Parts: sequence; C-alpha cells; structure tokens
Amino acid sequence: MSADPSQRKHHIQILVENRFGVLTRVAGLFSARGYNIESLSVGQGIDPSVAQMTIVTVGDDRVVEQITKQLNKLVDTIKVVDLSESSFVSRETVMVKVNTTTRPEDRQEAFRIAEIFRAHIVDTSPSTYTLMVTGEEEKIEAMVGLLRPLGIKELVRSGTIAIAREDLRSAPKGSRHDGEIPA
Amino acid sequence: MVKITGAEMLLESLKKERVSQIFGYPGGVVLPIFDALYKDPSLAVVLTRHEQGAVHAAEGYARTTGEVGVVLVTSGPGATNTVTGLVDANMDSIPLVVLTGQVPTKMIGNDAFQEADIVGISRSCTKHNFLVREISELPRIIKEAFYIARSGRPGPVLVDIPKDVITDRGEFHYPEGLSLRGYNPTVQGNRWQIRKAAQLISKAKKPVLYVGGGVIGSDSHEELGELVGLTQIPVTLTLMGLGAFPGNHPLFMGMLGMHGTYAANMAVHHSDLLIAVGVRFDDRVTGKISEFSPHSKVIHIDIDPTSIRKNFRVDVPVVGDARLILSDLIEDLRKIRDEEGLVPIEDWNRQIEAWKEEHPLTYKKDPEVIKPQFVIEKTFDLTDGDCIVSTDVGQHQMWTAQFFKFLAPRTWLTSGGLGTMGYGFPAAIGAQRAFPKKRVIAVTGEGSFMMNIQEMATVASLEIPVKIIILNNQYLGMVRQWQEFFYGGRYSSSFIGQSPDFVKLAEAFGVAGFRATKPDQVEEILLKGLSTKGPVLMEFMVDPEENVFPMVPAGGSNIEMIFEAPPPPQKSGKAGRREKDAVITA
Repeated sequence: MSADPSQRKHHIQILVENRFGVLTRVAGLFSARGYNIESLSVGQGIDPSVAQMTIVTVGDDRVVEQITKQLNKLVDTIKVVDLSESSFVSRETVMVKVNTTTRPEDRQEAFRIAEIFRAHIVDTSPSTYTLMVTGEEEKIEAMVGLLRPLGIKELVRSGTIAIAREDLRSAPKGSRHDGEIPA
Repeated sequence: MVKITGAEMLLESLKKERVSQIFGYPGGVVLPIFDALYKDPSLAVVLTRHEQGAVHAAEGYARTTGEVGVVLVTSGPGATNTVTGLVDANMDSIPLVVLTGQVPTKMIGNDAFQEADIVGISRSCTKHNFLVREISELPRIIKEAFYIARSGRPGPVLVDIPKDVITDRGEFHYPEGLSLRGYNPTVQGNRWQIRKAAQLISKAKKPVLYVGGGVIGSDSHEELGELVGLTQIPVTLTLMGLGAFPGNHPLFMGMLGMHGTYAANMAVHHSDLLIAVGVRFDDRVTGKISEFSPHSKVIHIDIDPTSIRKNFRVDVPVVGDARLILSDLIEDLRKIRDEEGLVPIEDWNRQIEAWKEEHPLTYKKDPEVIKPQFVIEKTFDLTDGDCIVSTDVGQHQMWTAQFFKFLAPRTWLTSGGLGTMGYGFPAAIGAQRAFPKKRVIAVTGEGSFMMNIQEMATVASLEIPVKIIILNNQYLGMVRQWQEFFYGGRYSSSFIGQSPDFVKLAEAFGVAGFRATKPDQVEEILLKGLSTKGPVLMEFMVDPEENVFPMVPAGGSNIEMIFEAPPPPQKSGKAGRREKDAVITA
C-alpha cells in the first residue's frame, strides 16, 4: 500500500458488452492516463452478452471519480460501481508451485501450510506440490510468505473478484450474509 | 428482396442519415464504394488532396451546419492520415463519421498491403469506433455511428469496413430504432440542481457567465441571450464559444484566458459566482488553476459528466443539454424575480465597464508597416461580420479571435483543443460546401497554410470560392513570441522567411492571388479579393515582430497579464541568429 493517505484501494465492478475490443477500451482508458491496474478479472455474466469485470486500482478519490466517469462514458460500458463506496466481499484465487526437496521436512511443512490455510493440493510431483487457495489479499499474502522459504517455483493469481454485500436491513429474515465481518 | 453490395448498402444507409456531402480520397479497397458513388448523384463528393484535409473539411461542414460531417478514405495510409483530424474533432466535440476501408477480413493481422490497425490506432481519439465484420451488421453499425456522433457530447466515430464486406451482397434493412444499453447520455438537467443554481444566481453580486463551445453545439445561443437579458450578467466566451453571444453586445467582455481581455480575466477573478456553460476549464482558459476565480461559487452546466470536477471545483454541477437546462434555469429565475426579486448588479457591470476602459484590446498603428490586427479589423468592417471565418493556429488565430467581432454562432471555425496547424483552410472548404452562397474567409499564417496547402488544388478544381487571408510575418509567430519573451530572444527554427511566393503559387494552382505590403493597400486588396469570383488568396506582409497581447505567461495567474514585451535580454545577437536560421531553412 502506498504511504500517501489520500491513495486508497478501490474495487471497481464493471458490466460491459461482451464484444471484442472492449477489454482494450477499458484497459486503454487506464493506461492512457497513467493509472495503474493492480488486478483485473473478466468473465461472462448471467447474460452471455454481458461481461463482468472487477478492476482493483489505487488512487485518491478525485482520480477514481474521474476513472469511473470515464469508464461510464465508454459506449460499451453498461454499469460501473465503485464497490469501495460501501461494503463488499472480495476474493482471489492463487496457485503456488513449491519445491519440497530443499530440506527433508519441506514436504511435511508444505502440507501443514496447506491445511492451515485450507488450501487444496491440486497437483503433486516427487519434488513439488501445487497449492491452490482462495481468500482475501491478506490471507493469500500470508500463505505465500510462509511458503517462500521452501522455494516457490511458480505463482499464478486469478485477479480479485468482488461483489457488493446485500444491505442487512433490507434483507428478509434468515437470509444472512456469509458470516464474514464487513471490511 | 433484392440483394445489394456492401458498398451500395453503405450509401443507402448514409442517405437514411440525411447525408448529402462526403469528403474523401479514393484508394484500393474502397474502389467499389467510389464506383457506387459514381452512379449515385445524390451524394456529392469533395475530393481533397490529402486525407487530413478531408477530415478538417468535414469538421468545417459539421461545425457550420450542426450536421454530422462524413469522411470516406481507404485503408492503411488513407486511414492513418485521418488521425490528426480525429483527435481534433474529439477535443472540440465535432460530430463526424469517418469511414475507412480495411483489407479483407481474412487478411487482417497478416501485414497485408495497405493494412493498418486503424481501430486500434483510433481507439483513444474517437468517441467510439467499429470494425464491421460482416455485411449484415453494416446498416446497424452505420445507424449507431451517426447516433453516437451527434448525441450527448458530439464527437468523431470511425467505422472500419473490410473489402469483403464492401463487395459481399445482402438484403438491406435499415433499423428503425437502436438499442445501446451502455450509452444513454443525460439530456434533461436535474431539476433540483437547476433550482439551486437559480437561487445562487439570484443572490450573486458579481456573477459572470463563462460560456464555451457547448452552447454552440447545443444551439442554445438564444437561451443564453434570454438569460443575459433577464439577469444582465456579463458574458465571457472561450475560444470555442465565440459567436455564442454577439461580439458587439455591451455585456460581452471578450474572450478569457491566456490571450483574453483584461476585463474578462479581471471579472472572472473577482467574481462571486461563475456560471460555466458548455466549457471544460481548459488550461489555456484557467491559467494557474489554484488562482483561477478564487472567490467564486461555481455552477457548471455540461453534457459530459467527465468534464465536471475534472480540472476545477464545482458547487452546483448540472449534467445535460445546455439548451434544456438554460430554459429551465430561465423559468426558475423568472419565478424568483417575480416573487423575491434578483439582487441588482449595476455596480458590478459598472466595474466591468471601467476594466474595459482601463485596458481595451488595442495595438499600435504604423503608417509604414501593416499591423495584422488592422487586417482583421478591416475584414470585419468591410464584411459587417456577415461571413464564416476559419483560422489556423498561432498568432493570427488569436488576433482573429480578439479583433473580429463574431455576431452569430456557427460562423467561427478554429482548432481550439488540439491547436492543429493546417486546420483552417480545409475547414473553410467544408463550410463553403455547406453554404455555397455565403462568404467564407480562411485567415491563416504562412506557417500554418503550408501544412495543408495542397487543398489549393481542391478549391481551384471545384471552384470553391474560399477567400484566403495570409498574415505573413515570416515567422512561426507564436513560437517566436514565446522565444522572445521566455527564451532570451533565441529564435530557434521559427524563422520561415523562405516561404514560397504565395501569389505566384496561387496562380500556379489556378487561384487568383493578391499581395499588400503597405497599410494603405490593405483596404484595396481586401475589397479586390473579397469581390473577385472564385477562390482568392490575399497575402498581407505584416509586422514580423508584432505580439499578441494581453498575455498570461503559461502557468501564471490570469490577472498577471502582460501588455508589452518584457525587455529583450540580448538585442544585439538577434539579427545574426535570424540569418543563420534563414540559411538553415533555405
């Protein structure tokens, strides 16, 4: 995170027409203004003609307001929501291929870490494990930090996806949110 | 139903959009379209001599008519040559549809002959762009292109059409409506915000209307006039806004900003309420942004939400069409006037009159040397302002903006945002095609004119009677002025005394040419040039070192205007440098 207090992380959810070239338009809008995209994920929405993007960017509120307005201005953009304005749930999936042969206890250690973080071992070889975990950024950072001494061979991240929380007051009884404490 | 080719379908679609004029240049992949045009007399084509000229001509056509300007060029270099015009139109909100040919769909991406990824290239400089992938999409895309170009904040839309789409055959159905779920420009202003704006206006003691090109684009000059009539609020216009309010009106303060008037800049600085309509707080307008209009509340009316708070704080933003918003605002203000009354602003207007008298726009006349401002003043006097005027970019542009009193909207064509040298002459061609009977004058400099001089062949061959006024000071004048003021008088690459003999060049193109070298010849040459039939070039040899004043040095506060050149640091070295430059340019 940047030291400048005015700079904060924003999770922006964008619904766009599912057409060729749209991703370039969105990404180009950031690059043309020198705004950095920290993470980006795209996928089809409920309606196959709509694609859903989650972009994580860092900036002061004025810059992010300008970004969301510019995104809205794109002809192919259907809806833009800065999720950081209210509470939301965000998750990222990471797959890490770690060495398990540097020290004799490494294989056990990798297994333990996987258990602690509720990671799945999705691939294995005599000298490696591949761990997959889903969570918020802090959880992923923590797990990666613990795996680092073992020797990380490869690491891939899905990019963050995020969704707004339902307003608890308006929700009917019984339909509680997923139990997590809002950020 | 009969099947027709993509080329024919394109022309039918254009006609559905009420297009009658195209500016273009043929080439390989668009040959079938030009062939279809050959057989269809209802669509006139102006063949420019460069694709850049075609885009600027379409801009001139669009700006003077309020319709969408249409350009047709080939793939590759034809398409890339439109880029400057696209950026220009995008910055100045000019509605264009630029049709580019593309290599056949199967060859895209293969580095085919005359292939350029124009959709990629133009993505950031168009309002929107399209690649047509099959003939069935063509009518819908053309309909969307025109709708996007002319609605909301207008702008250029590029449609890239591959060769196979042009030659394929299909049934033609032009869609009745369109559905663009991601594109719904806000038109009607928020009623509550407008009421808040009216309240602020009714109580302001020192209000200023800061009005720009958006009022021209939305045709709301009448509403603006009504608002001023009701409130007596003084008006300043941006470069793009000239003509939105009569230049000879007593409440007009002139242009504001870097080369704005003293009265306008002082008024904005001391104002307690800035009513910004159809403007975007450009840096050439605001100067040092932290010192721009420091004591005012700000109402900002604009169709483009991204213009709001982009550069400047706003107290009451109103997004929507200026015409509708101003109408609502007038209605609210009338109600307030009848119920509570408006705060009188006579004292404020008296203060502005005093500022006008303190530093009016002026220049020193000289019996021996033609002053460029004098040529502009004379042109206004001789035409009574009843003409369309275009300019290129630089000193002559600022002098025209200052000394020609634009009386009506859509009579002023200039490249405001991008500052494109070479814009003015082709833009005048477009305007003249739109209004064949009207007098169209292209004011230019010997530097800018060279940037699209090839269009002389266009006006000669089609007998387009544009009157060209070249203010020849043998320098890239604005560059020289900055070098004089801020670069120790070192005229690096700004001397262009080795220009061609423009009168002879005009003759070579088949255009009448006249030249004035002394002040007493100015009126005579203007009268002769303006009354000669067909295209005419008039060259005025003007004071080489005349400067544009007032001037706010770049990054300075708008009240730090200078009215004369700062003392030259090393006067002696100048002549030598000039000679050296002359050798280099020769």
